[in-house]
Amino acid sequence: MEPRRKLMDENGVRLDGRKWDELRPIKMQVGTLKNADGSAYIEFGKNKIMAAVYGPKEVHPKHEVLPDRALVRARYHMAPFSVDERKNPAPSRREIEISKVIREALEPALVVEEYPRTAIEVFVEVLQSDGGSRVAGITAASLALADAGINMRDLVVGVSSGIIDGQVVLDLDDAEDKEGTGDMPVAQMPTLNQVTLLQVDGIYTRENFQKAFELALEGGKKVYQMQRAALNERFFASGQAEAPADVEPAGGEAGGES
Amino acid sequence: MASVKKNYVVETIRKSQMIELLNKGDRLDGRALDELRPLTIQTGFIQKANGSAMVSLGNTQVLAGVKVATGTPFSDTPDKGLLVVNAEVLPLSSAYAEAGPPSEDAIELARVVDRGVRESEMVDLSSLCIIEGKSVYTVFVDVNIMNVDGNLFDATSYAVVSALRTSKMPKYVVVDEKVKAAEEIIPLPAKRTPVSVTMARIGDTLLVDPTSEEEAAMDARITLTTDDDGNLCAAQKGEANTFSPAKVLEAADTSIRIGKQVRNAIWQAAK
Repeated sequence: MEPRRKLMDENGVRLDGRKWDELRPIKMQVGTLKNADGSAYIEFGKNKIMAAVYGPKEVHPKHEVLPDRALVRARYHMAPFSVDERKNPAPSRREIEISKVIREALEPALVVEEYPRTAIEVFVEVLQSDGGSRVAGITAASLALADAGINMRDLVVGVSSGIIDGQVVLDLDDAEDKEGTGDMPVAQMPTLNQVTLLQVDGIYTRENFQKAFELALEGGKKVYQMQRAALNERFFASGQAEAPADVEPAGGEAGGES
Repeated sequence: MASVKKNYVVETIRKSQMIELLNKGDRLDGRALDELRPLTIQTGFIQKANGSAMVSLGNTQVLAGVKVATGTPFSDTPDKGLLVVNAEVLPLSSAYAEAGPPSEDAIELARVVDRGVRESEMVDLSSLCIIEGKSVYTVFVDVNIMNVDGNLFDATSYAVVSALRTSKMPKYVVVDEKVKAAEEIIPLPAKRTPVSVTMARIGDTLLVDPTSEEEAAMDARITLTTDDDGNLCAAQKGEANTFSPAKVLEAADTSIRIGKQVRNAIWQAAK
């Protein structure tokens, strides 16, 4: 193998020109698919991800029904052409695990007890992948859930941080994810200040762990403002109605009791 | 976990009972909040495996076996050996486990344990290359879950690490451009000792090494793995609920502290 290249120059500038605490360019659009009850599209660097929500709907198979709440399902899937080498379209172990953590990242935000005996299905389709696709997918899926009109305690937003050339940096792209030495995807409910997804890869001193964790939380709060703007665009465009000012989050413990 | 039947009524009653106890700092089985159940590690249990370990953590029991062979490397790591961790929750392990392809829970379990082993660089994969791009050692660690009573993550992690630490394998050599097993038996190059510590959050309290009963009542779960230097090398939050940022950092500190104790136990048992 060739020796590892430097991912950051002596001025602290990364390969794509960003500083350590800078996000990649981000675009979001809500209501992008006609058939879905809710949908959203996100571009996060070179990531291109479509999210769709169907539900609340009837539960199939019926024995999976929950008597006191909605059943939440999530599927994260990468298109075969989304990566350098064609990916087999069958769900990999990685995709199965990511589907699980995405579901567990979104569900705390949903007021599932308002929809007993129903299913809420979330689909995250990665059309092009560029590092941080699970967190970008969560950000889009949360918009799709809001678009579907499902009652939520907060939006969910995700950003990753990591370590490249020994430095803690925000929002790894593909090269930094593969060649760096640490990756930490974090999803949160920003208004409630609760972490809904945390995964860690790589070696972190206690100090770097905290630094990377807090950096990802801070970065997420910036992306949250863009999520709000995207929802405003969808529902309050061209001065037809006023977007509400900051709304206090709904009360009650996150995730509910069950 | 799918292997634990969710019973809403019983859980809700048990949970309020548990929270009442937890407010006094007590657990149903009398342990301290950061106390592990008795841990026993028996290595060399399976003679036909290159390494193995039967681990009991309270009533949770798992068996890990290592099989070493040779194969072709992945195209993006042509100079590194392969290491794969796989876990199966056997139907004999609980009344609620079913035979069939690995469940989502079993896949997550194997991947989180794999992450700790891989990211801590426990096994020196570069030394497991025989011919670059053509032939490398392949190390398969398969884990059988024998009895389910909570915290499969840590029991599996300790079994995998103990089995790898005690694995021995033939040295493969290149003779006439062909890879052959030599007479010489060498230890698997396992250098580091990653230790995972899993905590359940019930209300405001973190409980180390939760039992099935505690898992049935937990709001959320977090697993953090540390290496020999007390660095964090893997983490996974689980279940459809949340952690405050302060709780995550508290869990990290607990993992570093408890990890040290467990690492000593693994060193004792798997020399």
